[in-house]
Amino acid sequence: MSITEILFWFLSVLALVSAIMVLISKNPVHSVLWLIATFFAISGHYILLNAQFIAIVNLIVYAGAIMVLFLFVIMLMNLDAAIEPKRSLWMKFAGVISGGLLLAVLLSVVRTSVDLNNKTAKLNTGEIGLIKNLGNTLFTKYAVPFEISSVLFLSAMVGAVVIGKRN
Amino acid sequence: MPIQYYIALSATLFCIGIVGVLTRRNAIIIFMCIELMLNAVNLLFVAFSKMQPITTAGAGVATNNTALAGIDGQVFVFFIMVVAAAEVSVGLAIIVMMYRNTHSVDVNFLNRLKN
Repeated sequence: MSITEILFWFLSVLALVSAIMVLISKNPVHSVLWLIATFFAISGHYILLNAQFIAIVNLIVYAGAIMVLFLFVIMLMNLDAAIEPKRSLWMKFAGVISGGLLLAVLLSVVRTSVDLNNKTAKLNTGEIGLIKNLGNTLFTKYAVPFEISSVLFLSAMVGAVVIGKRN
Repeated sequence: MPIQYYIALSATLFCIGIVGVLTRRNAIIIFMCIELMLNAVNLLFVAFSKMQPITTAGAGVATNNTALAGIDGQVFVFFIMVVAAAEVSVGLAIIVMMYRNTHSVDVNFLNRLKN
């Protein structure tokens, strides 16, 4: 097993364990911290795939901004572990079974697909993850969606302020 | 790594997010599981952007791969993050407003407001 394979398995196990701990934690603050650990594992996967810009943006935007926003809201509302009443055990069981069935369907599609034979994801090499190429493509081929996304941000900001206003 | 490993990892993370949305009653945890699902899809996009056939020795197949093939996947991931950031800000504003009115973030309780 080369070092990249070891890293792949380590990061995958870390991501899956952290994601399961997000579900299981009683305290919402613990769930946020486990989700941040998941984001770190996924950013590790991005770096392994040589998508450097996406890895850093993932850390800055998701783990840095969005999760901090979640923490602010949780602390604003003073949520304890005792507040959330438990669903009945049958409902939890049914939820887990449904998710497991969906996973079984998705994995069986992947296993029997012919198009995916002999395809690999190239690790550690490649130029498409570098910020120079990504920026070039973003500003030439995808310039219109880029400008529209700025309008999207403006509308989201106005919407958030309007919703949160006290009359 | 074979691409099936990445598809399996991303599908598992996605299904863990779905189980979280179905199982938990706290609206904020449900929102966080939606972010987990979005991240699983992002990982799959980036993995697909690097997907190539295994080159065997002496393969005579003329591939159309330029150096920048597949960069669209990563640009799309960028836009997914843009949309997720905007959605989180508006969604959390809505949750804070509902908490101000009802003092609860339990979705079963908020569901009964329609009556």
